[in-house]
Amino acid sequence: MTLTDDQNRASEEPVVTELPENVSIATEEGRKLAEQLADAAPHAKRLLEVRNLSTQFFTKDGTVHAVDDVSFELDYGETLGLVGESGCGKSVTALSLVRLVPYPPGRIVSGEIIFDGIDVMKLSNEEMRLLRGKKIGFIFQDPLTSLNPTLPIGFQIAESARIHLGVSRKAAADRAVELLSKVGIPRARERLGDYPHQFSGGMRQRVMIAIALACDPMLLLADEPTTALDVTIQAQILELIRSLSEEFGTAVILITHDLGIAAGMCHRVNVMYAGRIVETGKVDDIFEHPQMPYAWGLLGSLPRIDEERGTRLRTIEGMPPDLINPGPECRFSPRCAYVHDKCREVEPELSSRAEPGHRARCWATEPGGWLNGSQ
Amino acid sequence: MATRTATIDAAPLRTRPTSLWRDAFSRLIRNRLAIVGGIIVLTLLVLAVFGPYLAPYPYDQQNIDQLARHGNLPLGPGVEGHLLGTDALGRDLLSRLFDGARISMTVAFVVQAVVLLIGVPVGALAAWFGGRIDQYLMRITDVVYAFPDLLFIILLSVAFRETFFGQALDGLLLIFVAIGIVGWVGMARLVRGQLLSLKEQEFVEAARAIGVSDFKIVTRHLLPNAIGPMIVAVTLGIPGAILAEATLGFLGIGVQRPRASWGVLINDGSLWMRVSPHMVIFPAIAIALALLSFTFLGDGLRDALDPKLKGKQ
Amino acid sequence: MLGYIVRRVLWLIPVLFVVSVITFAMMHAAPGGPWARDKKLPANVVAALNHKYGLDDPIPVQYLTWAGNLLRGDLGPSYQYIDRSVNDIVAQGIGVTAQLGIMAFLLSIAVGIPLGVIAALRHNGLPDYSATFVSMLGIATPSFILAELLILVFSVQLHWFPTGGWRTPANWVLPTIALSGFEIAQIARYTRASMLEVTRRDYVRTAQSKGLRERTIVVVHMIRNALIPVVTVLGPLLAFLVTGSFIIETIFNLPGIGRFYVLGIAQRDYGLIMAMTVLYAAAVAVLNLVVDVLYAYIDPRIRYS
Repeated sequence: MTLTDDQNRASEEPVVTELPENVSIATEEGRKLAEQLADAAPHAKRLLEVRNLSTQFFTKDGTVHAVDDVSFELDYGETLGLVGESGCGKSVTALSLVRLVPYPPGRIVSGEIIFDGIDVMKLSNEEMRLLRGKKIGFIFQDPLTSLNPTLPIGFQIAESARIHLGVSRKAAADRAVELLSKVGIPRARERLGDYPHQFSGGMRQRVMIAIALACDPMLLLADEPTTALDVTIQAQILELIRSLSEEFGTAVILITHDLGIAAGMCHRVNVMYAGRIVETGKVDDIFEHPQMPYAWGLLGSLPRIDEERGTRLRTIEGMPPDLINPGPECRFSPRCAYVHDKCREVEPELSSRAEPGHRARCWATEPGGWLNGSQ
Repeated sequence: MATRTATIDAAPLRTRPTSLWRDAFSRLIRNRLAIVGGIIVLTLLVLAVFGPYLAPYPYDQQNIDQLARHGNLPLGPGVEGHLLGTDALGRDLLSRLFDGARISMTVAFVVQAVVLLIGVPVGALAAWFGGRIDQYLMRITDVVYAFPDLLFIILLSVAFRETFFGQALDGLLLIFVAIGIVGWVGMARLVRGQLLSLKEQEFVEAARAIGVSDFKIVTRHLLPNAIGPMIVAVTLGIPGAILAEATLGFLGIGVQRPRASWGVLINDGSLWMRVSPHMVIFPAIAIALALLSFTFLGDGLRDALDPKLKGKQ
Repeated sequence: MLGYIVRRVLWLIPVLFVVSVITFAMMHAAPGGPWARDKKLPANVVAALNHKYGLDDPIPVQYLTWAGNLLRGDLGPSYQYIDRSVNDIVAQGIGVTAQLGIMAFLLSIAVGIPLGVIAALRHNGLPDYSATFVSMLGIATPSFILAELLILVFSVQLHWFPTGGWRTPANWVLPTIALSGFEIAQIARYTRASMLEVTRRDYVRTAQSKGLRERTIVVVHMIRNALIPVVTVLGPLLAFLVTGSFIIETIFNLPGIGRFYVLGIAQRDYGLIMAMTVLYAAAVAVLNLVVDVLYAYIDPRIRYS
């Protein structure tokens, strides 16, 4: 049962790929319907298809394989989580999608990125520039350094609208006010002329969200949007992103190292490790039936409120992997508690598991593997 | 379902552990400009110390007879065995340049010594005691800082030239004091800044708790950590001192004649520019080399000691 | 922000006070007195002169009189030119000096900043190396040397520009370049370093993610952030311009106040030296104040806090 997606794509017959007129993708019902359609017609048009993406950084110590042969899809209006520890390649993946990998020293060396039917890798720089901000919005991790300290926030929000939508300055300012109100900043019109340092951390991140959504993009890339914020603010910001994406039908790729956040926000999750996707599937499936020891480690390491006090926090033993000389073995094998010889020789493929859409990269949990059947 | 602790093959460490200084040194070596600067600095130092023995002629020897053979004009480069020519009084330019190097290097290092002697204690006291003492000291430094350097140096030189003090060491003593007095302020500010940030760290509290005396804490624990920026500041401050000395020489209120400060050589040369441009060009090159070499070396030291500032891979 | 300005203005007072005291003290501590020239004057003449200029009053009285006069704008007499006061001399020459200073300043900014920006944008490319090379030359060549070299090449050899005087605009070229050479180099260096810093900032990445044109990002987002640290350097550079001007005026024989200052130093005209030193120091202090206020104004983090 290890059919790959390519093998699934047998027929070329036209399939219903659009929702009926009266059903919006923003509703629960609409999303379920879209899922069914997508599952039934695997080659229907998706918002984003990434195939064999590899991004590398050329340093004097060697070539860092930050993103190594990564493939995934994203549907219109869907929220996908990219979860993993620091350095696993999730941020670089997002930057690669908009071709903002800093060069030097980084470069996308291979792969296909099809966004809304457009082959991103074949676009000229100018065409790519027109995509950014207009169809793809980006939220960065640290709102303090990501906002220009010498420009008023109203200007920074209106900029995208003026450039991509060609609206007048006044219309852009109105839109900025509208967006600021939407993201929950009181007295928006008065605060248009204020500078970033006059806002608190949580408010600054709301401003960033407003900037990212200025042109009503189809995709929102949120790179650890709450990591730099207080815990109490985190929930507010995440809820804001969720409600806005639902309201506007914006697809979201949420990058985080925090599984709890992914659980609350995403429809599907990709778990990344050492530049590879090691498990992917619907969020419930991954949380209830994780199929990869790394995922177990991540889940097990979450402190739980119902544990006895005094139990030691569980960690995943070992050191983060070396991305410069990845060998042929499973990249998690040095740290895995269930490792067998096979793992140290050959890296497993991302293969299907019981639930539809659930795939994992582990010899042990494959059908016939030494952990199959057990948790 | 817990993850059993697994045996780990610890990945071998990729680099040898090194000290701060060794790291900095290896970074410095890789900076070619800094190396060139360093070599020139060393050359100047050698000239400064051994100049009188290395020079082909005494710097004040006037070879009038040679001039007479060539129309009583300064000799050009290569004439009569003078590699760089002579000045209007027949004095060998190369030898005079050596003397100028001696003067410049002496001024440079003595002034920096003065700067350290005054600036470091002032900065350290201000940082350590804080409060009122800090305020007073900083007010004083602010006022001294507001007085334009060159004006003050010129004033001092003019006022005291004729005194015994001003004549000492061919006028060099006066120059040391004048340039040093305006120069210590920057060092004091630097030391104060460094110590203020270090003072807040926990090891200071720990040392105090053990009963280490204030003086020892400052001298043994705090100051050594600030040595890096201090070295950089000293190196980058030298071009300013060399420039000030040359300017004084040019204005005629610096080192006493017949000593050959580079500034004096330029002044002399400016009178003969039409016929003997070499009298201006060679001292100009000498000054340029001195200024550039210390600047490159200082920049290299700064990058080596704090690579975060540079950010280059 | 207003409080900041007020405090800085008030700070001028003690600074100028100390400057005047130090200047006064040094001139009076110097041996020889204002009449000790080449030919020794008979004692009774000296005594009469001392009395005429109030030099036989006790020192504190002298200082107070002098300082009081200064505050009223009376710069005192020149001991060198008996028919003129320092005010006359300053009035005569200030136009030339001010014009030279302004031109040199504008040239420094007009050349230095673009040089630094281009060098940073084409980092490690040819423009970067040439700009860096030029600024290295600028740093290595003090103004008086640059002046002599310019005269040598453009005046003596090429006869393009006159050697001295201030009659025609052609006279303005060489002195302005000589005075601003060092500044151009420093401004270019600082601007380049600052721009390189800015290139690595996160908000540049945000601007790129918005799909802005590179030119827009540079002009609208980067330059204003890069120039803020450069402004802090302008203060010392302006001081440099002020003190460098009198050397340039001497070399090019320009009829400004600087040339009189240098002559006064040579002739030990204490009245002139004291008054003009305080004048120069005051100019530097005021210019520094203007720069500080400008800095507080252009950085929104300070302006609105």
